[in-house]
Amino acid sequence: MNEPQLALRNLRKAYGALVVTDGVDLTVQAGELHAIIGPNGAGKTTLIHQISGLASSDSGQVLFDGRDVTGLPMHKRVRHGLARSFQITSILPKFSALDNVALAVQARSGSSFRFLGDASLEADLNEPAMECLNLVGLGARAAIPAGLLSHGEKRQLELAIGLATQPKVLLLDEPLAGTGHEDAQRVVETLRRLKGRITIVLIEHDMDAVFSLADRVSVLVYGRLIATDSPEAIRANAEVRSAYLGEEAA
Amino acid sequence: MSPIAETRPVAITGQRRRVEWLPVILFGAFVLAPVFAAFSGAEGYVLSLLTRVMIFGIAAMSLDLILGYGALVSFGHAAFLGIGGYAVGILAAHGVEDALVQVPVALAASALFGLVTGAISLRTKGVYFIMITLAFGQMLYFLATSLASYGGDDGMTLAARSLVAGLPLLKGDFALYWVCFVCLLGTYVLARSIVASRFGRVLRGSRENATRMEAIGFHPFRYQLVAYMISGMMAGLAGCLLANQAEFISPAFMTWQRSGELIFMVVLGGLGSLHGAVLGAAAFLLLEEFLPEILHMLGFMLSTDMQARLVENWKMVFGPLLILIVLFARGGIMGMLGGRHE
Repeated sequence: MNEPQLALRNLRKAYGALVVTDGVDLTVQAGELHAIIGPNGAGKTTLIHQISGLASSDSGQVLFDGRDVTGLPMHKRVRHGLARSFQITSILPKFSALDNVALAVQARSGSSFRFLGDASLEADLNEPAMECLNLVGLGARAAIPAGLLSHGEKRQLELAIGLATQPKVLLLDEPLAGTGHEDAQRVVETLRRLKGRITIVLIEHDMDAVFSLADRVSVLVYGRLIATDSPEAIRANAEVRSAYLGEEAA
Repeated sequence: MSPIAETRPVAITGQRRRVEWLPVILFGAFVLAPVFAAFSGAEGYVLSLLTRVMIFGIAAMSLDLILGYGALVSFGHAAFLGIGGYAVGILAAHGVEDALVQVPVALAASALFGLVTGAISLRTKGVYFIMITLAFGQMLYFLATSLASYGGDDGMTLAARSLVAGLPLLKGDFALYWVCFVCLLGTYVLARSIVASRFGRVLRGSRENATRMEAIGFHPFRYQLVAYMISGMMAGLAGCLLANQAEFISPAFMTWQRSGELIFMVVLGGLGSLHGAVLGAAAFLLLEEFLPEILHMLGFMLSTDMQARLVENWKMVFGPLLILIVLFARGGIMGMLGGRHE
């Protein structure tokens, strides 16, 4: 078997007495779309925070491309190719959609300690940014200040920003959260196009999306992974049904 | 962030073009002013007042660079004015009277002070940042009061203005005026360039959403620290000019009240437009200068005694007036000129 692209080794995190991540082991292969599902409060977002470096881990390891990145802050992990999106939309509201994405391109392209020249006119930054916007279907909205976009468009912008960092692994924290049917379809389409090209770790409550997209699914309950398997096997898993799917289906 | 940092910045893309004639008019006015000063009959007074306006314009603009574009509310910015002033004064006291030495020393000292205090202050956020920059400013203030050989509390009169390459080029008030104008224009052009540059974009992005910036691979701290140093150097330059204008230095250059005045100038002018800060400095200093006379005129119907008291206590009017302007003209003077945003 190949070296996994992303591996979690006995990852733990507690807030006081509350154990949020309880010894999580997980491997994600290159090119895989790996979904993590679980009931509210299972610790999914905290797990993404730990993988991306926004939150520190109490113990355990995050291995990315075989190297231990557990001690690295988020901004360094991104530069190695481990990017993320946020469940609660996190954009620069006064920047245009294009500038939001161009800034992410800028982070990967040369020094930002340049004090002369108008950055918003740099074609080397704007063109790749425009490609990312087109990819998520926001090309026509490039000039709009991001704060004025609709909620669904902001979710798409979030995805475009993540892509613009040229990630090897993209961690997506509920990219469909709060989107209407049409916007959700568009995001799912985008993910389908990305599938196989980059490794994706997807947290999502929309089960239709999860089971149609994922190569493998892990189920997180109270900070523990109770199962990792193919979508079909997860659907059939009795423990998962009682812990999670049963509740949802009821 | 603090309420001040949340005040709406003025220059929004697309809005910018509409107000673009303003800097032209502003700098044009500074070019034409000496001509009118010659006819005013009080040439020396007008020149020296406007020179002060430009010097504080530089200082306020330097603060706007980090306050308006970085949301960093530095409450110790007057310290840099003091560093610039004392660099001129102390070097002159030791016989180094050339600005070509004094100014680089002042800039280097400002950068160093900015590096050390910024590296510590920028680890805090919001009100803690305000307090810690205030504390560093006060530290420097008390250091200056204890410098007995350089005048201590009382300050020190300079024997003469700085030389330039050995020549007394700054001796005349006109010459100093034009030097200050060139510095103001140069600082403005540089600051505008920085704001639009790659560096400035990271600074502005960090103002809006630091977590997002980290999530795309930037460490806001580094950019904020460099911006803080650049801003400090610009204010240090203003300090050099101020020492030459006043031909005097004292710890009063860097009182916390002075830092507060600088913040007021920026907010009065309108956060985040740079030339707004210059307008704010001008409005503040001119109001401070002429309010007693305006009150004297407005108080014509009062008894002579009341009129005199009103004029004497002009600050009772000055303070509330400033507060009213900031309260009712959100976005400051730039906000009024540019119309309503959003």
